[in-house]
Amino acid sequence: MSALDHKSRGAAWLAALTANAATAPSYPASVRVVDAPLAGHNARYIAVVPDPLNRFARARTGEVGLAEGWQLAQAVQEVMLLDRDVAVKRPIVAIIDVASQAYGRLEEAYGIHQALAGAAGAYAEARLAGHPVIGLIVGKAMSGAFLAHGYQANRLIALDDPQVMVHAMGKASAARITLRSVEALEALAVTVPPMAYDIRNYASLGLLWQILDVAQPDQPSSHDIALVEQSLQAALADIRLDAERGLASRLGAPNRQASQRVRELLRQQWAEEREGQGS
Amino acid sequence: MSTQEQLLERDSFIERSARSRARALLDPGSMRELLDPFCGIASPWLPQQGVTAQADDGVVVAKGLFDGQSTVVLAIEGAYQGGSMGEVGGAKIAGALELAAEDNRHGIPTRAVILFETGGVRLQEANLGLAAIADIQAAIVDLRRYQPVIGISAGTVGCYGGMSIAAGLCSYLVVTREARLGLNGPAVIEQEAGLAEFNSRDKPFIWSLTGGEQRYHSHLVDAYVEDDTSQIRSTLADLFQRGLPARHRSAQVDGFLARLAEVDAKVQAAPETVRSIYSKGFSA
Repeated sequence: MSALDHKSRGAAWLAALTANAATAPSYPASVRVVDAPLAGHNARYIAVVPDPLNRFARARTGEVGLAEGWQLAQAVQEVMLLDRDVAVKRPIVAIIDVASQAYGRLEEAYGIHQALAGAAGAYAEARLAGHPVIGLIVGKAMSGAFLAHGYQANRLIALDDPQVMVHAMGKASAARITLRSVEALEALAVTVPPMAYDIRNYASLGLLWQILDVAQPDQPSSHDIALVEQSLQAALADIRLDAERGLASRLGAPNRQASQRVRELLRQQWAEEREGQGS
Repeated sequence: MSTQEQLLERDSFIERSARSRARALLDPGSMRELLDPFCGIASPWLPQQGVTAQADDGVVVAKGLFDGQSTVVLAIEGAYQGGSMGEVGGAKIAGALELAAEDNRHGIPTRAVILFETGGVRLQEANLGLAAIADIQAAIVDLRRYQPVIGISAGTVGCYGGMSIAAGLCSYLVVTREARLGLNGPAVIEQEAGLAEFNSRDKPFIWSLTGGEQRYHSHLVDAYVEDDTSQIRSTLADLFQRGLPARHRSAQVDGFLARLAEVDAKVQAAPETVRSIYSKGFSA
């Protein structure tokens, strides 16, 4: 482990959960891919980590940039190809600690949206193909970076810790775009659960499968590792038993009622429309 | 006809509302709006923040026929809250795409068109908007296994944030000169990376990098059209006729990695350089 790894929770948890197994060689330093067991069978673990030498300057502190997006896609496509002809597909564990997507001119110019679509699309295709995909949030899960790395998972698990955050945009930018002060934004977040940055409020939206209380989120103890491994194994078993390959298991929380209601009404009107068309 | 007469004759798509755009694309008389404003499903989160909740949450779900085939048009109203995705509007799009995929599994070949006029997540509903966009992305990838999913960004709002990623998952994308397609909005890049990196007030600069014409010449979209309703409709017909692409753009990993390897990351990006590298294409 390098000195920098101590600052990267993604790197720390990747190493911990894979017993420091070697990373797959063909990936850049910012995308770590490790093949290691989960519940006794092969699994692929993927993390995005800081790389101070990243050739794209705006993706040096753990952001998901152009290269990271396409390399994540590569890491996922690779296992889909490997398991193409087997019935039981190996699990993919996305270890999520991504502060943001990369913000820069070069990134926009070369279509970072498309690179992130590459990653999100690959994860979604893997899930639909029957690979159990588990997202483990150990640090920040922000915006486009989270959409590209982890949000397409069958199940999401998060550490219950103040440094674990999920949001659509950093506070300063969110304030600028909504024409509010950072203080006003924070005040609103107290009463409007989807606007909050903390993981407890996020959990109230029903998007997490489990939230885990670990003692040392920065440098996991053996007890912490065992707890998270247990949760990953339970998630894997839960996915294997579930015929659903979509994201429906995330619906149903009181703070996400409208998402459910919209779908119920749509389904009803969709059927009525079909009868109306006579087709 | 003089140029002026042509302009006057032209049926602008951009000037239409989301509802009118959807109606103009579907076969005449075939459109039925689902979850219309009278259903009373508006944002549960905006009123408590002092923002008026529009009765359709800025998204029109229009079911009908396109060239006689079952099609759903999902039109985002850019004039309402910048076309931002909240819980309800996002669920309308995701839910309709999910039903379209289900139709296909039951032998009904329903197709989808998404009209992207959106700044991305509605920050007043932040995490529920982000979750809805993840659902939309999941549903696009599901549906595109059966039928092409076609995205149109006409302008003038553009297509940003998580919804630009959703656009990147579509089978085909259609843009006009007024459209912009990019992940991070100019003001956000300026806030995060500074004025020298991205000047959000320099419109020609923004369009030169992320505008419809540039995206077309960089092979990041499939069709570049006039702001003309009938041309957009016929382009849509051509693309549906083409059927599924051999490989979706978002799956062309080797090709994109090969092109990226040619990028000199030490110098700031220029539109011509992007065009010359990306015009080689992405099929590895």
